[in-house]
Amino acid sequence: MWDNIMVLVAAPVFSVQLVLDGLFIGATFALAAYGLALVWGVMNVKNLAQGDFVIAGGYIAWWLGKQGIHPLWGLPAAIIIMFAFGWFIYVTIIRRVIDKDLFTSLLATFGLAIVMAQGLNLMFGPEVQTAESDFAIRSMWDNNLTIAEIKVLAFVLCGILAVMVVLFMKRSRMGQAIRATAQDARAARVMGIDTDKVYAFTYSLNAAICGAAGAMISMIWVIQPFYGISHSIRSFVIVTAAGFGNLPGVIMAGLGLGVVENLGGFVFGAEFQQAIVVGLLLVVLVWRQIQQRKLRQVVS
Amino acid sequence: MKARLTTAVLASAFALGVTLATPASAKVEGDTIVLGSAISFTGKYSTNGIHAKNGYELGVKKVNEMGGVKVGGKTYKLRVEYYDDESTPLRTAQLLERLISQDGVKYFLGPYSSATTTAAAPIVEKYKVPMVEAEGASRSLFNKGYKYLFAVLSTSEQYLASSIALAAEIAEKNGKKASDVKVAMAFENDPFSLDVRAGVLEDMKKFGMKAVIDDKMPRDLNDISATLTKVKALKPDLLLLSGHSKGAATGARQIKELRVDVPMIAMTHCEAAKVTTNFGDAVNDFLCPTQWAETLSYKDKWFGSAADYDKLFKATYEGYKNVPYQSAQATAAVLVWADAFSRASSLDPEKVRDAIAATDMQTFYGGVKFSEAGNNIAKPMVLRQIQNGSYNVVAPSKWASHPVNWPRKAPMN
Amino acid sequence: MNSNFSLKIHLPLLVFGLAAPFVFPGLQYQIATLWVMVLFALTWDVMGGQMGYNSLGNIFFFGVGMYASAVIQIAQFADVGAFTAARGAIVVEYTDAQYYQGLVLGILASGFVAAATAFALGWTVFGLRGPYFAIGTLGMALAAGELMGTWEWVGGGGGIGMPVFPGSAQAKGLTFYFLTFAAAILTFVTLQWVYKTRFGLAINAIRDDEEKAEAMGIHTLRYKSVAWAISAFFLGISGALFGNIVGFVEPLEVAFPTVTFGIFMVAMTLLGGKGTLWGPVLGAILFHVIKEATWTYFLGWQWVALGMLIIINVVFFQQGIMGWLMEKYPEKFGIIVEDKGGSK
Repeated sequence: MWDNIMVLVAAPVFSVQLVLDGLFIGATFALAAYGLALVWGVMNVKNLAQGDFVIAGGYIAWWLGKQGIHPLWGLPAAIIIMFAFGWFIYVTIIRRVIDKDLFTSLLATFGLAIVMAQGLNLMFGPEVQTAESDFAIRSMWDNNLTIAEIKVLAFVLCGILAVMVVLFMKRSRMGQAIRATAQDARAARVMGIDTDKVYAFTYSLNAAICGAAGAMISMIWVIQPFYGISHSIRSFVIVTAAGFGNLPGVIMAGLGLGVVENLGGFVFGAEFQQAIVVGLLLVVLVWRQIQQRKLRQVVS
Repeated sequence: MKARLTTAVLASAFALGVTLATPASAKVEGDTIVLGSAISFTGKYSTNGIHAKNGYELGVKKVNEMGGVKVGGKTYKLRVEYYDDESTPLRTAQLLERLISQDGVKYFLGPYSSATTTAAAPIVEKYKVPMVEAEGASRSLFNKGYKYLFAVLSTSEQYLASSIALAAEIAEKNGKKASDVKVAMAFENDPFSLDVRAGVLEDMKKFGMKAVIDDKMPRDLNDISATLTKVKALKPDLLLLSGHSKGAATGARQIKELRVDVPMIAMTHCEAAKVTTNFGDAVNDFLCPTQWAETLSYKDKWFGSAADYDKLFKATYEGYKNVPYQSAQATAAVLVWADAFSRASSLDPEKVRDAIAATDMQTFYGGVKFSEAGNNIAKPMVLRQIQNGSYNVVAPSKWASHPVNWPRKAPMN
Repeated sequence: MNSNFSLKIHLPLLVFGLAAPFVFPGLQYQIATLWVMVLFALTWDVMGGQMGYNSLGNIFFFGVGMYASAVIQIAQFADVGAFTAARGAIVVEYTDAQYYQGLVLGILASGFVAAATAFALGWTVFGLRGPYFAIGTLGMALAAGELMGTWEWVGGGGGIGMPVFPGSAQAKGLTFYFLTFAAAILTFVTLQWVYKTRFGLAINAIRDDEEKAEAMGIHTLRYKSVAWAISAFFLGISGALFGNIVGFVEPLEVAFPTVTFGIFMVAMTLLGGKGTLWGPVLGAILFHVIKEATWTYFLGWQWVALGMLIIINVVFFQQGIMGWLMEKYPEKFGIIVEDKGGSK
């Protein structure tokens, strides 16, 4: 571990590489986490199938690539298909758990995650897959820093998507209805907002956002039917750390997680990379709890 | 209500019995000998589990086509009874118990992977039924004194050991000392890969080499770029990777992406991960250890030569550009059974076990002869290099068909 | 419920449990697993059903117990680090007496180690409420599997090959079958007694309104930690037994199978009806039968079937079998709803 830190000190270019890679992948984490924040904030559903939506989106892009269509087209395709899929899941499952206690939604979506992972496995097989974008890889400092163009592109696309979602929330009728419902569902119903439709739209939007994140991940990382759970955990880490209804916070936390994961993997050794993510989840939860304690004491 | 509940309890108990006590198929059904196997159709080993199953099936088909096996004057066909162990050792153990005690199966083909075979071995041992396995290479399987476990493949410490020897050879040819070779290792944190690592460490000690990187990859790894960045920083002479198919796929992709430029890269499971199909030029000059290659000059009476097997396999199953050795060795395990049955001239598991122990045969997959411990000692591992998209044997020199390309040229795309 | 009733239900189960390995010898292993599942569901309900704290990570204690017993059993006759580092390369000679002594010690210690771990962790984890508690415990179990895999001393990702049972196959099967059966009965009887005491009332009070319970002078944190320690104790024992049955301990799939056994616990309890004594037992039996049946008849689709079962159960049938029976025939239970419709 100490040696690894020394390497970074001796050759800072590698920390640049690690941080950049972390940021590129962190952008997709942030996107998926924003979807979770939406669903959590608006309808109070903790969606544990988040990661499986991501992976499903990834498979859409990969499958198109297999058919000879450029996987970038997988981005709009994943958005559309996952939106429809989200609507279907809402109507069949989520609608019925919204008014139940929180644990119900957690467990129901866990069941959904199991079904999805196995469904993807049956459809596409269990191999690790990647969608080839065939874009160039740029390098500088005699190959010590390599940047794949597709990563930059994915990063930019994530940014554009985030901006679009924000504008949509601010400007459109539906966006306003979603925000109103999040603030006070009953009042929204009184004012004539069809909350059921709002919920359906929110959940579908989340699925679409995850699908988009997944399409990028398939091009810049790797996908496999059973990787869903780790993406779900990442989303939870980010949302718990940033709180929901706080888009800048989610983006920062997402990018930060990507970087921490990468640097941690370098410094502690790759075997700790997964443990770091889960460990962070625990740390964030405990930290939140301490904050709450303080609040409680202030009140009493 | 009370009556109802009592009935419910009894009904559940009864249902449990009925649902699970499916009619026990005897070990021999009429003129068919049933072999059992719990293998991975789902979960992380399923790619190779299916390669292995295809190998078993092809072996069974061929043996049956050629008249089956003659046991004591009566001819039998072979059939395999499969269960899905979901790639977890927990399930493997359960399913073997089930195959033995419920389905009455007395002869076994192995699961896929060392972890699941580790769980299976004590169980066949306990019931004294023989198992010929083709996919569990861990050394720790063969030092427990198991009497009923036989493996047709070379043990895992040999997987990457030949690449260490090759690196030493090359270093000396270039006027350097073998002990100056710097090695970087990235191994998955699971029983199989850790065993490969143990073999590598032993060989490195022989040459006095040092490991500059020794990372273990998490099992659900989707990113090893941190490790590879370290490789770029420390510039080793040899990079070794092992992590089943997913490790190979992830490694190949990120080596390409980060332009890792190491003169020699060796990784396991290239063929199973279809790296040439998926990554094209990027994997040129990778070294891949294999249990078997279609270019080797092995022969048998069932399949003919290794090349014939290769052709037949590709004709039988779609989508194989290269026949993974996982399939070939699975087929070989079936041949060992066929051979043993005909020599035992009895269906008694004990006698068949002794016949297997006495096996000394040539197959398209190589020689098969078991040591006391049950591992195959008649066959070497060979090292192939990906040269312009095809796999060519480059080591050991006895089997080499092509010279080794060194140093590896990283493609510039 | 009256004693007549409990006789009617206890007796057939007891008879079944004792006779099963002889009547269905082929199913011995599955039925032993069934008793472990019953134990899982019962222990999960202590928190989830009786106390209103839904943990998704209770499997953690199963793994802790498994490792604790493995280490103790090996330490009887070898240095643990050397034993695991050699990856089975050293063949250890041990006497039968050593093996059994290790086994007994290991099983006992595993329960206490797991309980102590639960008690210690309670101080941090119980500040989390509702879904945060569920996610936090899930994270805990996942992290444990990952971290155990990096701990060389206990074999890391390579796992530990357990000492081999010195007797015959049949003897091993029967020994562990009856041990699991005894563990399940012990769990049941202990919980039955616990739920009748003031302690049972106190944890129900926490479920119903924690703030009020606190205000009434119930030291909630202490109660919660003890309740968790109770379920951890039995889970630890089941882990020790299971590790020996499988004979091979490794972190991610055998010791901390969070997304399989860890979720099954919850699913089984919900299926049977949480917050009741018999619900988890019924749920576990039913779930296990369905599971084994799908594994036999829907190969490859078994997970889809199980996931569907969980979804349908959670979405449409939350009260579970016992809950449904109580709604339908409350008079048969002779209960006021707050009571735990177990045996009275």
